[in-house]
Amino acid sequence: MPTTFVLNGQSATLDADPAMPLLWALREVAGLHGTKFGCGMAMCGACTVHLDGQAVRSCVMPLSAAAGREITTIEGLKSKQAKAVQAAWVELQVPQCGYCQSGQVMSATALLEKNSAPTDADIDGAMSGNICRCATYQRIRAAIHSAAQSIKA
Amino acid sequence: MINKTLRSPLPTRRDFLKTAGTASLAALTIGFEWAATGRRAIAAVPSPGAPFAPNAFLRIGSDNSVTVIAKHLEMGQGSYTGIATIVAEELDADWSKVTVESAPADAKRYANLVFGTIQGTGGSSAMANSWAQLRDAGAKARAVLLSAAAKDWHVPVADLTTDKGVVYHAASKRQAAYGSLVKTALTLPVPDTVVLKDPKNFKLIGGRPPRVDAAAKSDGTAQFTLDFVLPGMLVALLKRPPLFGATVKSYDGTAAGAVPGVVKVVQVPGGVAVVAKSFWAAKQGRDALKIEWDDSKAEKRSSAALMDEYRRLADQPALSARKEGDAKKAIGDAARKVSASYEFPYLAHAPMEPLDAVVKLDANSCEIWAGDQFQTIDQGNAAHAAGLDPKQVSIHTLYAGGSFGRRANTISDYIVEAVSIAKAYGADGTPIKLQWTREDDIHGGLYRPMYFHKMEAGLTAQGELTGWHHVIVGQSIMADTIFAAGIKDGIDATSVEGAANIAYAIPNIAVDLSTTKTGVPVLWWRVVGSSHTTFAVEAFIDEAAHAAGVDGFTFRRKLLEHEPRMKAVLELAAEKAGWNSGPMPAGRGRGIAVAEAFKTFVAQVAEVTVDSHGNIKVDRVVCAVDCGTPINPDIITAQMEGGIGFGLGAVLHGAITLKNGRVEQGNFNNYRVLRMNEMPKVEVYIVPSTAPPTGVGEPGVAPVGPAVANAIFAATGKRIHMLPFPKTGAV
Repeated sequence: MPTTFVLNGQSATLDADPAMPLLWALREVAGLHGTKFGCGMAMCGACTVHLDGQAVRSCVMPLSAAAGREITTIEGLKSKQAKAVQAAWVELQVPQCGYCQSGQVMSATALLEKNSAPTDADIDGAMSGNICRCATYQRIRAAIHSAAQSIKA
Repeated sequence: MINKTLRSPLPTRRDFLKTAGTASLAALTIGFEWAATGRRAIAAVPSPGAPFAPNAFLRIGSDNSVTVIAKHLEMGQGSYTGIATIVAEELDADWSKVTVESAPADAKRYANLVFGTIQGTGGSSAMANSWAQLRDAGAKARAVLLSAAAKDWHVPVADLTTDKGVVYHAASKRQAAYGSLVKTALTLPVPDTVVLKDPKNFKLIGGRPPRVDAAAKSDGTAQFTLDFVLPGMLVALLKRPPLFGATVKSYDGTAAGAVPGVVKVVQVPGGVAVVAKSFWAAKQGRDALKIEWDDSKAEKRSSAALMDEYRRLADQPALSARKEGDAKKAIGDAARKVSASYEFPYLAHAPMEPLDAVVKLDANSCEIWAGDQFQTIDQGNAAHAAGLDPKQVSIHTLYAGGSFGRRANTISDYIVEAVSIAKAYGADGTPIKLQWTREDDIHGGLYRPMYFHKMEAGLTAQGELTGWHHVIVGQSIMADTIFAAGIKDGIDATSVEGAANIAYAIPNIAVDLSTTKTGVPVLWWRVVGSSHTTFAVEAFIDEAAHAAGVDGFTFRRKLLEHEPRMKAVLELAAEKAGWNSGPMPAGRGRGIAVAEAFKTFVAQVAEVTVDSHGNIKVDRVVCAVDCGTPINPDIITAQMEGGIGFGLGAVLHGAITLKNGRVEQGNFNNYRVLRMNEMPKVEVYIVPSTAPPTGVGEPGVAPVGPAVANAIFAATGKRIHMLPFPKTGAV
C-alpha cells in the first residue's frame, strides 16, 4: 500500500507495508542508507530523522504515520544549522566508528534549529537519547557549542 | 626531507617478501612481479595508466592519488588514519591526496605481526605491529620516486628533496609531482634497504592530520555492512536458542513462510533462519516461527548461583600465576591486614551496529562483506561452513560500527551463521545479508566473563606492603579455542593480565587462578583481562593505602620507584588533576588509578559528586597516557575519552545476568550504557616519547572504574565491592 509524504523536500510515495517502521522504508524502499538501525525500540537514537522539523526515532514510527508529513533524513539536511553542525563534527573530529553519528547530527541539528545557544543542560536534554558506544559525547557537546557559535558569527 | 640517516629497522623484510611469493603479490601489484629471490622488482609491461605499487601497502596513481592499503579493521579506533599517516610520512605524501582501502584476507601479506600468521585486529596492536612495516613501505616507495626523478632529470638522487607529494631539484628549480614519476618508477627496482626519516623531521606523525573517515561519518555517506546492498540481495534473521547450548528439536515454519516477503525458511546449525526480501518481512517471519528446543545440554544455571560457586572456589586450591616470596606467611605475620573481594558481571560489547554480514555463495566461491576483524580466521571458518577451500573465500572488510572485541572471535559466529544460511538456502549465488537485532546481540553470548576476585594484603606497622595475595576465579577466554595453545601451565594469560604482572614493589606476591567452566560463551571485551583485574588491583591498593594512612597517589608512587614510565603517568595525572590542591568539599571526592595494558601506561584521576540521595555523578577525569611515539595525538586523546566513557558506562550500569540460563537483558533499556548526561569532562595529557608506538584503543578503559570507585570512597567513606555500582541511594 503506497504512503505519500515529503521526503527531503520532495514528494515521495513509498509502496510498502504501512506498518513497516519508517526506518526500514527509508533504508530498503527509498534506498537512503544514512539513517541507521541500532535498537529497534527508540532507545539509542541511531535512526533519528526529522518529522516536521522534530527529531523522532524512525525505528518505532510506522510508515503510515509519515503520510502527508515532512520527513528529513541526513541526506536531506540543508539548513544553516545542519551545515554548521556537520562542519563542526569534522573540525572537532567527533566520529570514531561513526555508526551513531547520523542520528547524533540529526538530533543536534534539531536542537540548534530551535535553540540557537544551547546550554550544557539543553544539550543533555536533547542528546541523551542518542547513544554513542565509542563515547564521543565530549566532542559532540563541544561541536554543538562550536556550531552555535559559528552560526552567530 | 631527510637529514639524518637511520637504517630500516626491518631486517626481516626480505624473508617476508620471500614468503609472500610471486603469485599472491601479483594479485595486487599490477604490472609488477617479484623475482623469486625478492631481490628486485622487474617491470612487466606496465599497462598505460598503471599505478606504481612497489609493495602490498600502497599505490600511487598518475593522477597523484595515494591509496594506502589497510590490513586492519577500522572500527572507530582510527586505524585507517594511523596506517595512512605512517605510510604518508615516510612517503612524504600530500595528505589531501591520501585515501585508504581495506586489504583482502591474506595472511602472507597482511598478517598482524603481533599475532604471527593471523590477519586480524585486536590487542591494541594496529599501530605497534604496523610501525616498522609501513615506515619501510612508504620509505621504499619514496626512494623509487626519487630514483625516477634522478633518472628523468639526469641528476644525482642526493640532490633531490621531497615535500607533500612533489620531488624537488633545487639547483635547477625543477619539480615533479609523484604522479608524473609513476611511469618511470614502474621501470625501476625497489631497493632492498632504505633510509628512514629522523623522527625530528616528521611532518604528519605527531601532528594532527584529520581522520580519513571524519567527513563521510558526519554526512551519512560512510558505508557499513548495514548499508551494503547487492542486486537481488535477500535479508535473513536467525532465531537462536533461548538457552546457551540448546538446539532445534523441531520447528514449524508454515506461518513464517506465509508472511508476505518471506522467501524461504531454513534450518542451520545455529537455529532457524527466515530469508526474506526485506528486514521487516524477515523480522515478522522470525516472530512467527514455532520452534521446539532441545535444552538437555543447555546451561540452565543462574549467574547468582555461578557467583556463589566462584566465591566458594576462591577458598579452594588454585593454580599459581605468580609467586614471589611467601605471601601467605607475610600476610599472616603482618602488623595490619586488609582483605576484600570484588565481583564482576558478564558484559556484552553492544557495538552500535548490530552484527551483520553479506554472503554470496555458490558451488565454487564464497564472497563475504563485513566489518571483519579476524579476516583469515573468518576465512577459514567460512570455508569450513561452506565446504570450500579457504582460497575460495574472499573477504571484503567494510567499516565496522564498533566492535570492542565482539567481531574478533575465533568461532566467527556471525560469519559462519551467514554462510550456513546461504548454504542452506541453496548456495546458488543469491546474496544474503544476515542481520542481527539488538536483542540478538545482547542475548548472543561471547561476553566478558564473570569473575570473582579475593584479595588479602599485609602491612607493617609503618604502613609498608609486605604481602599481596590475589585469587581470581572465572572462565578462560582462550580455552577450547584456536588460541588454547597459548594457555601455559593452565594459566590463561587473559584471565590474569593486569594482576599477575602488577608493577608494585611488594616483596611477597601470590596471584592464583581458578578457571571455571560454564555453558556461557565468553570473549575478550575492550582491554580484556584488565577490564576486571585493574579494578580489583587498583581498588584494593587504595584500601591498603587507606590502612597505611597514606593518600592513594603517594602510596602508589613509592611502590613504583623502579617503574619510570608508570610512575611518570601517575605523577602527570596527579599534577594536572591538582591532587595536592587540598581536600574537596563535602560530598565530593577524588580517586586515582594507574594501569599498564598492551604496553601502554595510563593513569587517571576521577572527581565525583555523591549527593544526599546517593546519586553518583562523575564530574571530571584527568588522564595521562604514555603510548610511545604519539602518532596522532588527537586520535590518542579521542581513544582515551572514548575508553573512559566506555569503561564508565560499564561500572555504572553494565551487567548481563542469567536466570535459569536465560539472559535477563535484551536491549539498551535494561542493558544500560553511558549516555551524554553522564559523560564527565575528560582531560588527556600525552607523555612525549620516542619509544616505538603502542596501542591506545583499549588501555584507557582500565583505570576509570577504580579511579571512580576510589573517588566515591573519598566522598562517602564507602567501598564498592560489586559491579556495577549500586543504584541510586545505595552509596
